[in-house]
Amino acid sequence: MSGAVAELSFKDRVLEILSHVCDPEIPCVSVVDLGIVREVRGRTLVITPTYSGCPATIAIEQDIRTALDRAGLPDVKIEIGLSPPWTTDWISEEGRAKLHAYGIAPPSRSAVQCPRCGSEHTEEISRFGSTPCKALHRCLDCAEPFDRFKCH
Amino acid sequence: MTEEDVVAENPILHHALRLGDDALILGQRLSEWCGHAPMLELDLALANIGLDLIGQATHFLNLASEIEGKGRDADALAFHRDVLDFRNCLLVEQPNGDFAQTIARQFLFSNWQELLMREIAAAPEPRLSAIGAKAVKEIAYHARFASEWVVRLGDGTDESRARLIAGLDWMWRFVDELFDPKDGAPSLRADWDARIARTLAEASLELPKPRRGIVGGRSGHHSEHLGHLLSEMQFLQRAYPGATW
Repeated sequence: MSGAVAELSFKDRVLEILSHVCDPEIPCVSVVDLGIVREVRGRTLVITPTYSGCPATIAIEQDIRTALDRAGLPDVKIEIGLSPPWTTDWISEEGRAKLHAYGIAPPSRSAVQCPRCGSEHTEEISRFGSTPCKALHRCLDCAEPFDRFKCH
Repeated sequence: MTEEDVVAENPILHHALRLGDDALILGQRLSEWCGHAPMLELDLALANIGLDLIGQATHFLNLASEIEGKGRDADALAFHRDVLDFRNCLLVEQPNGDFAQTIARQFLFSNWQELLMREIAAAPEPRLSAIGAKAVKEIAYHARFASEWVVRLGDGTDESRARLIAGLDWMWRFVDELFDPKDGAPSLRADWDARIARTLAEASLELPKPRRGIVGGRSGHHSEHLGHLLSEMQFLQRAYPGATW
C-alpha cells in the first residue's frame, strides 16, 4: 500500500517537473501539453517523438534530463517509445489554449480558425511550414498569415 | 560468414536496411533542393519531406544496428558503409534533375512507400510495425503533395507538361525493382498501378511507355550516382572519422 502511494507521488512529481519543460520550437507549450510524455513506469520515463524526423527530439530529451537532474532525480531512465504513434489528439486542452494565445491555430478536424480575429474564413498557403508539425495559413478577413498545427 | 550471408539469415535486418537506406538516400537527395527550389513554399515542402525521410531512416537503421549487434549505430551505418553495402532501390538515388523530374521520382516512390508502410504497420513484427505506423502518417502527406504537383505540371503549360513527361520517362525504368518478386513487394503492384493511373489521368497524361526494368540496388549493384551522393553525404566522417559536435 505504502509502495503504491510512493510510486504515485513519484510519477506526479516527474510530471510536475516536466510541465515546466518547454518545447524548444514552440516554447509556449510544455512537453506534457504536447503529449510527448507518454508514461512514467517505475523509475523509467517514456517519451515519444512527434514526427520521425523532428529535429527537436534530441533537444527535448536533453532538456528533460537537465530538468530532472536539477530537481534531484538523476536516476530516471529516459526511453523513446514509438508505438502507438504520436497524434495531435494527445495535445491537452490547456495546450490547445496556449497555442491559440501564442498565435498558432491548434489542430482541429473542423474549420481552421484565425488565432488573431477568430474568423473561420481562412485558407492554406503552404501545407509544409516552419516546422514539420505546422502548415502556413492566411486569414481572408483580417489578412493575417499564421501557423496552423497540423492534424496528425 | 560474408555480409550477404548475415543479412540473408536475418529477414528483419534485411528489411530494416532496405527501408532505412531508401529513406536515407532519398532524404539526402531532397536536401540538395534546400535553398534552390522554385519558390519558398516548395523549398519548405521538399526540405520537410527530406527531414521526415531522414527521421524514418534513423529509426530503421537503429533497428538494423540493434539486430546486427556489431556496435554500429544508425550514424555508423549511414556514414561508414561504402556503395556496395547500401541496399536502397535505384529509384531514390536518381539525380534530382529539374523540379519536374524530382516530382516524378517522389510521386512514384511516395505512393509505393505509403502502401508498403501501411502493410508493415499491420505486420506482426512489433519493432518494424512501430516505425511503419509512425511513418505512414507522414508519407500520406508526401504522396498527396507529389500527386498534386503531377496534376499541376501535367495539366499546366506545354513546358511544364513536357518536363514532367521527360521526368516520368526517366524514372519509369526503376519502378519494376520496387515490385521485384525476390526483393520487392509484388503484392502491392495492382494498388500502386491504380493510384498512378488515376493521378496521371487527372493530369491528362498517359502512362509512360513500358521500359525494360533495371534492378540491382537491393543487392548493392548501384548506378554511378550513388557514389557521388555518398561522397558528399559522408565527407565529414571520412575526413574526420568519429567527429562529433
